[in-house]
Amino acid sequence: MKKIMLGNEAVARGLYEAGCRLVSSYPGTPSTEITEYAAKYDEIYAEWAPNEKVALETAIGASVAGGRSACCMKHVGLNVAADPLFIGSYVGVGGGMLIIVADDPGMHSSQNEQDSRHYAEASKLPMLEPSNSKECIEFVKAGFELSEKFDTPVIIRLCTRISHSQGIVELSERAEHELVDYVKDPTKRVMTPANAKPRHIIVEQRLNNLSEFADNCDLNTIEMNGNKPDIGIITSGTSYNYAREVFGDSASYLKLGMVFPLPENKIKDFVSNCSRIIVIEELDDYIESFCKKIGIIVDGKNLLPKTDEFSQDLLREKLLGIKSESVSVDDKIPGRPPVLCPGCPHRGVFYVFKKLKLYVSGDIGCYTLGAAPPLSSIDTTFCMGASVSSIHGFNKIRPELTGKSVAVIGDSTFMHSGITGLVNLVYNKGQSTLVILDNRITAMTGHQENPSTGRTLKDESTYAVMPEDVALAVGVKKEHIRTVDPLDIAEFEKVLKEELASGEPSVIVCRRPCALLKGVERLPAYHVDADKCKSCRACMTIGCPCISMTDGKAKIDETLCTGCGLCIKLCRFGAINGGNK
Amino acid sequence: MMNETKNIMIVGVGGQGSLLASRIIGNAVLLKGYDVKVSEVHGMSQRGGSVVTYVRYGEKVWSPVICRGEADIIISFELLEAARWLPYLKKGGVIVVNTQKINPMPVITGALEYPDQLVEKIKAKGIKIVAADTLKLAKEAGNERTSNVALIGLMGRYLGFDVETLKESVKISVPAKFLEVNLKAFELGYNYEK
Ligand SMILES: Cc1ncc(C[n+]2csc(CCOP(=O)(O)OP(=O)(O)O)c2C)c(N)n1
Ligand code: SF4
Ligand code: SF4
Repeated sequence: MKKIMLGNEAVARGLYEAGCRLVSSYPGTPSTEITEYAAKYDEIYAEWAPNEKVALETAIGASVAGGRSACCMKHVGLNVAADPLFIGSYVGVGGGMLIIVADDPGMHSSQNEQDSRHYAEASKLPMLEPSNSKECIEFVKAGFELSEKFDTPVIIRLCTRISHSQGIVELSERAEHELVDYVKDPTKRVMTPANAKPRHIIVEQRLNNLSEFADNCDLNTIEMNGNKPDIGIITSGTSYNYAREVFGDSASYLKLGMVFPLPENKIKDFVSNCSRIIVIEELDDYIESFCKKIGIIVDGKNLLPKTDEFSQDLLREKLLGIKSESVSVDDKIPGRPPVLCPGCPHRGVFYVFKKLKLYVSGDIGCYTLGAAPPLSSIDTTFCMGASVSSIHGFNKIRPELTGKSVAVIGDSTFMHSGITGLVNLVYNKGQSTLVILDNRITAMTGHQENPSTGRTLKDESTYAVMPEDVALAVGVKKEHIRTVDPLDIAEFEKVLKEELASGEPSVIVCRRPCALLKGVERLPAYHVDADKCKSCRACMTIGCPCISMTDGKAKIDETLCTGCGLCIKLCRFGAINGGNK
Repeated sequence: MMNETKNIMIVGVGGQGSLLASRIIGNAVLLKGYDVKVSEVHGMSQRGGSVVTYVRYGEKVWSPVICRGEADIIISFELLEAARWLPYLKKGGVIVVNTQKINPMPVITGALEYPDQLVEKIKAKGIKIVAADTLKLAKEAGNERTSNVALIGLMGRYLGFDVETLKESVKISVPAKFLEVNLKAFELGYNYEK
């Protein structure tokens, strides 16, 4: 059957058809939907783990038990999962195992651009890279075969334009995959130095075998156009699509479906039949470096950038010198950056931070938008969990700022990697304050459950790990664990001031569900009485997208207003009315 | 079959629901037996940012994205977004726009102004622009939330597909429960006279 399918959905379909039994992942754009779609198949057990390291170790355990398993993440997730990644390489597999990682060239929704291909090389694991939805299904299946044939986990590399593009796919039935027998074998699975030494030798041998496979497999395809073509293009993944679009039949192609290990002989063979070679790859000069290492002269990053994503337009301009023509209006078009939603429970918290002029050690989630004007109240955002660990370092150097600084983290991010930072804070006699924004969901990536929500990915109810309980368990004193409603900004400000002054490590949990969450009631909208409005713009300092100045007076867009009531607390003239007031 | 790839962009503000619009066009294209690629936005920009969806179809589609000067049709859910993505329009292309205005944060904070007379300014560049308040059409159809489908209807005449295929696609793409009101919105858009 033919269907149009999102790349991520196709990956999930591939998992289903290949008889995969377990998927454990942590969400992250652009990888999230793979696991969500996988969870829709009754035959696949799928779960959200608290972070990528836990997810990968879970998948490894399932593989040891003999079932086909997978673990999905965004590129930075692989940093978190790097420890089990490297050891998984030594241990090999029982049932086939895939590590599916989605890069984000162009940073559509990420804090950095990172090229995952280096991880394949460093961990000595084969890596496949599909270039469309159809290949997403095929390569997942090929990946499992490869995994079992060579006793190795296999990495599938995606990127935003593959994960989030729909294309036509061909569906087949699920082929159940028998459990592989479990036989106890400490020499293979207990990685002490004595056992790991021989395993390393096996890994190197495996790599040689995989290189030979790469040279002969049909994942790497050559398409020759003409006898001695002028241009030969070596490329992979989404770059292949752009290259094909621009050069059509006027060039020849070596399309690499397997990007590690690279097929040395096939590359040499291809090169010998072309007059000029161009390597087209997003981000790093990974294929190019390999070509140079084996003595092949190529064009690549001398012409194309190492930053941002590619497109047919970019290739046309950089490789053919053709610039696109376009029209535009003469006015300056104001940018439209993402903003916290109307009624977002995070908004008031950042308003208070700004009012108190605090140093704010931020983290990653919807609340990172607290850094944008007019709230502009975040000082740092690094990687998940870094808010609490880095404020500890900051305050050790500047203890006088302990009462003037705060760390802020979301519920999912706290469960992901904030807990260990809090342990460190308590253990090493820190005095910092951590604000946990518990909106009862992982919102940023599109509303995933997490350990504190009380529901699983399979939509069952489960134990809810409450941040207050965690804080108590790791040694924050009970009187310094506070819970507030973030819409009550006066109460939050009071509690925050008390805890900042306490000289003790403290945790304030701001609990209110995300405004977009199903079942969250929308209250009646507010409006501004134009005669009472003194145009002071006080209500506009919270950055609610419903409020704008129209004809010199504040105006609320009543179709968008959720009636959260935050703005009325800022108006000193009683001009904002309606709602539940 | 045509040999050139057709490019349609759907632009708007995150949260406006461009996914349904791209699904309707995607399904119509599939009914016609073309190859198709649709590129969507998920994640950060969905929080009220400027979002764009690309739909490309033809005998064989390679790239999933549309670049400057390539779009045959730009469908915009919001006026400012039509102006922002205008450089992506091909010479001779059409812009179909809902005249609703949503202020972006720089306008809200007073740092910049929302440009006025955008429809006229785009027209003055010699560009074919079809503008309507599709929210009004949606209300007329009986449900505000069918504004997107009314806009698809408005675009319908420029796609070069027969109206039956488009209606069939609306049928496949919306929940049965809301089919009638969506078809009504589609027709109000399709038959809209400027
Ligand atoms: C290592 C890593 N994994 C995943 C992500 C993607 N990601 C960014 S923030 C986030 C979770 C946000 O949830 P939460 O902390 O609850 O905040 P909310 O968005 O709900 O406000 C995720 C999954 C990432 N940036 N880094
Ligand atoms: S999705 Fe929820 S948490 Fe995120 S900005 Fe919107 S209301 Fe806030
Ligand atoms: S009550 Fe005020 S702050 Fe809340 S959503 Fe409505 S306009 Fe925005």
